[in-house]
Amino acid sequence: MFRRNFLGFATAGLLALGLTGPLTGSAAAQDNFIIVQSTTSTQNSGLFDHILPIFQDKTGIDVRVVAVGTGQAIKNAANGDGDVLFVHAKPAEEKFVASGDGVSRADVMYNDFVIVGPPSDPAGVAGMSDVAAAMAKIAETESAFASRGDDSGTHKAEQRLWTDAGVDVAVASGGWYRETGSGMGATLNTGTGMSAYIMTDRATWISFGNKGDYQIAVEGDAKMFNQYGIILVNPEKHPNVKVEQGQQFIDWVLSKEGQAAIADYKIDGQQLFFPNAS
Amino acid sequence: MESFSAILIEAIGLILSWDPDVIEIIMLSLRVTLTAVAAACLIGLPLGAIVGAFRFPMRTGVIVAMNTLMGLPPVVVGLLVYLMLSASGPMGVLGLLYTPTAMIIAQTILVTPIVAALTRQVIEDLNGEYAEQFASLGVGPLDRVLALLWDARYSLLTVALAGFGRAVAEVGAVIIVGGNINHVTRVMTTTIALETSKGNLELALALGLILLVIAVIVNGLLMAIRGTAARAAYV
Amino acid sequence: MSEALTNISAHSAVTSAPLLSARGLCFDAGGQRLIDGIDLDIAPGRCTVIMGANGSGKSLLLRLLHGLIEPTDGAVSWCGQPLDRAARREQAMVFQRPVMLRRSVAANLRFALSVRGVRGAKRKAQEEETIARARMDALKDKPARVLSGGEQQRLAMARAMIGAPRMLFLDEPTASLDPASILAIEQLIQEARDNGTTIVLVTHDPGQARRLGDDLFFLHGGRIAETGPIMQVLEKPTSKAAQAWLSGRLFVPNTP
Repeated sequence: MFRRNFLGFATAGLLALGLTGPLTGSAAAQDNFIIVQSTTSTQNSGLFDHILPIFQDKTGIDVRVVAVGTGQAIKNAANGDGDVLFVHAKPAEEKFVASGDGVSRADVMYNDFVIVGPPSDPAGVAGMSDVAAAMAKIAETESAFASRGDDSGTHKAEQRLWTDAGVDVAVASGGWYRETGSGMGATLNTGTGMSAYIMTDRATWISFGNKGDYQIAVEGDAKMFNQYGIILVNPEKHPNVKVEQGQQFIDWVLSKEGQAAIADYKIDGQQLFFPNAS
Repeated sequence: MESFSAILIEAIGLILSWDPDVIEIIMLSLRVTLTAVAAACLIGLPLGAIVGAFRFPMRTGVIVAMNTLMGLPPVVVGLLVYLMLSASGPMGVLGLLYTPTAMIIAQTILVTPIVAALTRQVIEDLNGEYAEQFASLGVGPLDRVLALLWDARYSLLTVALAGFGRAVAEVGAVIIVGGNINHVTRVMTTTIALETSKGNLELALALGLILLVIAVIVNGLLMAIRGTAARAAYV
Repeated sequence: MSEALTNISAHSAVTSAPLLSARGLCFDAGGQRLIDGIDLDIAPGRCTVIMGANGSGKSLLLRLLHGLIEPTDGAVSWCGQPLDRAARREQAMVFQRPVMLRRSVAANLRFALSVRGVRGAKRKAQEEETIARARMDALKDKPARVLSGGEQQRLAMARAMIGAPRMLFLDEPTASLDPASILAIEQLIQEARDNGTTIVLVTHDPGQARRLGDDLFFLHGGRIAETGPIMQVLEKPTSKAAQAWLSGRLFVPNTP
């Protein structure tokens, strides 16, 4: 008797919670989706929330976005865990294609990086547009600078800019140069908390909700151009890739309609991304 | 940052608005966590009971292993499950990565050692009380384990609760294997992480508050059951 | 007088084939010899009482005889065969503090029946019969652990008698009970005797030993200090240990 009771106890519990049903949607809808490995900047800015419903209405394809740093996104895609890669680190993207993990790369859009800082402006860089000079000044005054330090697209761009400015940040690590090892949002939260300068993409900054009294200090240099690219993961290497739906998404993003949807996305009247598919 | 009263108002507003997105996130959180806890109990209860009720070689080693695994870092579990379920991993063909099932697997791995280790303790104590009577009655091994589990049922509710607490508050593993995909694998903790990274600290804290309330309700329910049982000296 | 005569005549029956025997029984724990070379035979149908001071090894001996613990040396035999789990199912034991499952009175009995392989309608019938015999109808749906000490011990007795065991071990079953409960338990023990169950009883109460027992083993320091028909040992003890204990003194060997 107690044995039957025990099993009954467990089964009743499971049934009561309604846990025995299917775990993801209906069977029909289950397969009509693709996974896009992308970055936090596109996700956190709200761009995907704006453009994906338009695409889904048109095609019925559900686009599931995994938003991580560009470095991790590329690694995940190289493992075959995704159908499309949508990131912003051109050299790494080209390497991804060259190694056979991706089919081909196309430019989608750009935004730009800015350096934000506290109103006290300890390095005196506010209003500068020469990024190399501004970064050299930050290094010279040893003003706190919070870096992503996570091998993301933003981090890679920042590294290139330090090299341009002739600053070796490795020696300052742990001093005025502070690597958070986190996403853009977490780095902004941390950096503003310690009155550090932070390099961020403009889209994330505009949509960021915890700005405090921070302002954009450095902007407008062509070197801070931030190009996004899109790549279909190579089905020859990863047979599970949904080629047809993935290609459909890429084609749409690069189409007139997709590009218009990107241009259309604004926060407080400011356009966040500038489509530039060729 | 705004005051706590503002956060409280935001949390209450979130619940009162009955926003379908928030409800969806809460329901998925509960579904993933409760399924993982149920699965962990199916594995951990018998395992803990066997280790608690019998003497066998290497028993101390097994107990040390179970107690150590209680402290498994969620991120490590997340990575291990990711490597297993990745398209280039051994179980990639199942296509489970970035689904709620993957999150359930990761949380089951996290919670099972907790359930097993705490069950072992509960059953060992109860077995100390019952062992002579059972030996005298000639109770066989299977009947013994089942009887101990059944008689410890109300203490084991607390064990399941400890597992629930760990699972429902966990973010490191589910964000890696679930991917925090909107409407698919987004749960309360990954939403809190996302809103924090967006700088929406009030919304993040409001969600945290809702999570806390859910935990309080679950705790309260189980404690009420336990209280009733205690009055019947069943604990 | 006639009672004494019956006892003596019954005692002579010890020479017939014993139900349970121990030979050279020893038990060590923590580097100490707690049971030290005990030989004994228990004949069917009799009530054997084990007495002795605290720490003399009474409870330990009972557990060795029932096979709950393994002897360090020596052996226990049941009907001339080694004691195993099957043999133990023909025996039962009631402990000083009754062990009640965290279930109702009826479910406690059901569990014991299930363990003995009694199922279905047969189990239902035996369960009701046992409840009636223990006079616990009004209590059957109550959680066993909220019963009074006396009621719990009555339930433990009823549970032990399930399957009509041939031998019943009782380890100070009335030690912490009030007089009315003691009487009720003694009645149940008497009923068991009348039904032919062989009884081995550990008690501190000479009155109880007189009321229930036939033979007495007096333990001291893990050895049998004295044995014989119960009235004989209680009234004319020959060993110093039994004399001292019965007169309420603490016996320490080598004191004059």
